Amino acid sequence: MPAPLSHLDVLESEAIHIMREVAAECKNPALLFSGGKDSIVMLRLAEKAFRPGRFPFPLMHVDTEHNFPEVIAFRDRRAAELGERLIVRSVQDSIDRGRIKIRHENESRNVMQTVTLLDAIQEFGFDACFGGARRDEEKARAKERIFSFRDEFGQWDPKNQRPELWDLYNTRVHPGEHMRVFPLSNWTEMDIWQYIAREKLEVPSIYYAHRRDVVWRGGWLPVSHLVQPKAGEEVKNIMVRFRTVGDMSCTCPVESDAATAEAIILETAGSRITERGATRMDDRTSEASMELRKREGYF
Amino acid sequence: MDLLRFTTAGSVDDGKSTLIGRLLYDAKSIFEDQLQAMERSTERRGGTGVDLSLLTDGLQAEREQGITIDVAYRYFATPKRKFIIADTPGHEQYTRNMVTGASTANLAIVLIDARKGVLTQSRRHAYIAHLLGIPHLIAAINKMDLVDYSEAVYQSIQTDFSAFCQQLGARDVRFIPISALHGDNVVEKSARMPWYTGDTLLDTLEGIHIQHDINLRDFRFPVQLVCSPQISGLPDFRGYMGRIESGCVRAGDDIVVLPSGHRSHIKDIVTYDGNLSVACAPQSVTLMLEDHIDISRGDMIVHPENPPRSAREFHAMLCWMSEQPLHPRGKYLIKHTTHTAKAVVQEIEHKVDINTLATGPASELKMNEIGRVLIKVQRPVVCDAYRDNRASGAFIVIDEHTNNTVAAGMIEGAD
Ligand SMILES: Nc1nc2c(ncn2[C@@H]2O[C@H](COP(=O)(O)OP(=O)(O)O)[C@@H](O)[C@H]2O)c(=O)[nH]1
Ligand SMILES: [Mg+2]
Repeated sequence: MPAPLSHLDVLESEAIHIMREVAAECKNPALLFSGGKDSIVMLRLAEKAFRPGRFPFPLMHVDTEHNFPEVIAFRDRRAAELGERLIVRSVQDSIDRGRIKIRHENESRNVMQTVTLLDAIQEFGFDACFGGARRDEEKARAKERIFSFRDEFGQWDPKNQRPELWDLYNTRVHPGEHMRVFPLSNWTEMDIWQYIAREKLEVPSIYYAHRRDVVWRGGWLPVSHLVQPKAGEEVKNIMVRFRTVGDMSCTCPVESDAATAEAIILETAGSRITERGATRMDDRTSEASMELRKREGYF
Repeated sequence: MDLLRFTTAGSVDDGKSTLIGRLLYDAKSIFEDQLQAMERSTERRGGTGVDLSLLTDGLQAEREQGITIDVAYRYFATPKRKFIIADTPGHEQYTRNMVTGASTANLAIVLIDARKGVLTQSRRHAYIAHLLGIPHLIAAINKMDLVDYSEAVYQSIQTDFSAFCQQLGARDVRFIPISALHGDNVVEKSARMPWYTGDTLLDTLEGIHIQHDINLRDFRFPVQLVCSPQISGLPDFRGYMGRIESGCVRAGDDIVVLPSGHRSHIKDIVTYDGNLSVACAPQSVTLMLEDHIDISRGDMIVHPENPPRSAREFHAMLCWMSEQPLHPRGKYLIKHTTHTAKAVVQEIEHKVDINTLATGPASELKMNEIGRVLIKVQRPVVCDAYRDNRASGAFIVIDEHTNNTVAAGMIEGAD
């Protein structure tokens, strides 16, 4: 009898099974690909699930235009390497068309993505969207099903979720409704990095330690066209890496000199702060901010 | 490193959330920002220090009301194992939530309040754990600090609960006296209970053998997808994609496809990382056969020498989960492995009083009730009894009109 499977093998097989269920049962799925590490892992899982065939779904990115340039370059290159179709829908476009009202150019666009995302889901008639969210990320996510039902307004009702039994997923929706499907639900940040190391996956360079100009605003913020030092603010140039890649105006790097996936695994093992706690200013506003955003239809 | 999934069961206030918080805290899996958030919440609610139960209460309504609404999943790892915890709340929707948490678990921790002893609820939890086929049970006698860490109290609870578990037929039941609040015997051995010489809870979780929890004897491969990409270079590729739900398969094996009964051999076991000579549950693979036969999603590939049953009618236990009760003659969809079929509940054979385990007649099953039914399906279901094989014995019931999942089902057998 072969040796028992490792935890990564079990998680991988579970995710492949989930993706194939969607491919078999949903009419028009899509995979939300941001160029971040979780969605990079999802692409490898999709290769494992569907090669030598093509992916039975397009990739879609909701571009806030506040992304790190390295991540966007990586996104386009990876999609081209895979030979899969990439759809990009733009938050700026939603703003220009008056679907989103902004107060000023540089404010965080995390919340705004929801409008663009839901519009795109409607435009293409997607009935299932893979997302890379993990339950270890955040308290509200910990309560979410792997197959998470969204009503015709794209909304999540946390108190009225379908029971999810064994791995018998109920994928059924009425026209206009859809599913968000999270194949990485049971993965932790540690599992993701272990998998990136094991599979030798390339990730955008900003995940690894590099020197960067930052200013302190209750957390280090990267200096960019969106974050300009204010009078009296000291710009420091320090070794950092990003644990998540989001909106440049509110995604903080952590101080680190980890230059490889293996070094990040060691750092993650010793880390005393959660991924989002360390890096997302927008999650700190209120204890429920992720839950509120999710209810509205966020990723 | 392997993976153990467990669920916690207990009545409201028995200390489930505190125990999970304690496990994560002592196993150093709570992060500082989470601790700070919990401290702020505790203070807002008029307390001091850290209320460890706040870690699992993730929704706004839960934090405001100090209750747990829905199954929450938590993750931690020690150098020996990775753990997935399903924390299930103990209020009126309890059966539904516990069944959900139990369906994927290798192990259940049943909490018993040392002051109260074995209650009706404790029996109910053990019954559900057993019904859902959870192979390992830990009875954690909690709040030992409130009974002066008394060995006599512990022993009398152990005697009571053992007797009940024996009646159920549960095989692997272990007992541990703990204080979730103070940490005794959770991660650290308690100096206040020198009379207890067994393992701590964490040691037990790390040490339990789970290799045999999965059926590695009977090969069951429900086909999820047929892959025939028709791409240049691979004009004839035709693979059957799926996950091995139980057993193992080798290249060259004789196989039979059910329900059609067509026979062939395994040509290749294909994965992205190369072909395998042998693969076992729960691996996801693509199988190629020697012969071109008609196979589609919902079919099952198995070994001819120990096939499952193909049944159009079977008996099953149902845990009903919908506000709309089950009525006899009700029409539904059932999803069993990768096969979804129209089904009708022919008859409710009996209902189980989950508090006394007594069975009695029933004209309907209401939310959170459990009963035995006879189900007839439009197309035959290729299945095993749930007690022999969780993966090929489980099904869900879906209401075709609302699309809701309305019941969890476990096949008992066919006539
Ligand atoms: N004295 C004592 N109190 C405990 C212990 N475990 C939990 N509690 C308390 O019991 C109450 C209910 O605990 P909680 O974890 O929320 O229970 P749940 O409803 O099962 O999740 C809380 O006030 C806890 O502090 C224990 O071992 N000893
Ligand atoms: Mg609780």
